[in-house]
Amino acid sequence: MAHIPDGILSAPVLIGGGVVAAAGVALGLKRLDDRLIPRTAILAAALFAGSLIAVPVGPSSVHLLLSGLMGIMLGTAIFPAVLVALLLQALLFGFGGLTTLGVNTVNIALPGLLAGMALGPSIRSTGSPGLRLLAGALAGLLPVIGTGVLVALALWLSSGDYTPVASVMAVTYLPLAIGEAFVTAAAVAFLARVQPDVMRPVAP
Amino acid sequence: MTLPRDLRLRIVAAFAVVGCLSQLRSLPVAAGALAAVMLLAWLHRSGQPSWRRLLHLEGFLLLLFVTLPFSVAGQPLFSLGPVVASFEGVSRAALIVCKVSASMLVIVTMLREDEPVRLAVALRGLHVPEPAVRLFMLTARYLELIRGEAQRLHDAMRMRGFRPRGNRHTWRSYGNLLGMLLVRALARAQRVEEAMLCRGYDGRFPRVAQPPPAPRDWMGFALILAFGFAVILTDRL
Repeated sequence: MAHIPDGILSAPVLIGGGVVAAAGVALGLKRLDDRLIPRTAILAAALFAGSLIAVPVGPSSVHLLLSGLMGIMLGTAIFPAVLVALLLQALLFGFGGLTTLGVNTVNIALPGLLAGMALGPSIRSTGSPGLRLLAGALAGLLPVIGTGVLVALALWLSSGDYTPVASVMAVTYLPLAIGEAFVTAAAVAFLARVQPDVMRPVAP
Repeated sequence: MTLPRDLRLRIVAAFAVVGCLSQLRSLPVAAGALAAVMLLAWLHRSGQPSWRRLLHLEGFLLLLFVTLPFSVAGQPLFSLGPVVASFEGVSRAALIVCKVSASMLVIVTMLREDEPVRLAVALRGLHVPEPAVRLFMLTARYLELIRGEAQRLHDAMRMRGFRPRGNRHTWRSYGNLLGMLLVRALARAQRVEEAMLCRGYDGRFPRVAQPPPAPRDWMGFALILAFGFAVILTDRL
């Protein structure tokens, strides 16, 4: 849903996205202990596999981003994990693009990281299941909205002609945000019951 | 035109060509480039047709094609009720279709690789930082395995009468499926880590030396780069 292909964005937007993504990836790799790389990779693969499931919402079906859950479980390692997932998606399935790797990484990873930093601590420490459900739902909902805003921003900065699309993009993100909120809340509740220590971020 | 056999050169060439294609501004040049790329893809077709991938469009792209003819001002072409489509808008939408399709065809033709591990070795050869390559390699390796696990969990749910619909029960069930997938992935990660430590893993993979690319590969590489630069030069002149 958030994969902008090659051939849409202008060069300054692509370069800017690439620079921010490179900084994020460098930070994530620096904070990540070498010995935790296999764990990070397997978690990223699991979240990637989860995002390939088509979840029905209303008349359509969506593929989840799971960036909020990634932010909670991976911390700053979300940047390299998203970059790797996007590269694999471009190479194996032909979705997304090469020049847009940086922009797409920022669009997905940055909101996920912020949500993980803001909501992760309360999800881990709260004793009330209701509060945890609410925080989990927000961790699903907010990153999707953030990604939608960033995609719209990338389009709007690239060309004024994209403005009508950028302004109605919320409509296409609405089903995803709804599905993501419910599924993430349920997944967070499940993990808190079964294995609460899973939700500590791999890289702070 | 032959594609370089060496994966390192192919990766660099693909990035350069897609970079050139993505910045085209004139419709005739973009259409010509798309035709050339289609010919290349046809010459190097293998197994499954790659055309089907072109049909996959993101929601907002569809929205873009629908609105662009009306949002770009210019010579009126046709009107749909109160809104008027401009000639410039339609050609702008066509330009984007050409650029997106050509770039996607370049990617699937030049970089389709059945074994992602070979891609990881090539990336390491291009001096991509080692931890990033290791992350890529392990994610690629375990993606297929965990996808199979997700499929089995999904099959088990269906066997018990689960039918996905757009309601809260479905979403909660998928949340549980996802949670289970993560718990199992973590248990797997634990086993993998222990197995790797047993075999002397100290946080680094040994580096595999790669032979330098053959002269033929350099030729193909130069031809592809020349194509990319020729296209962007024709476009700008």
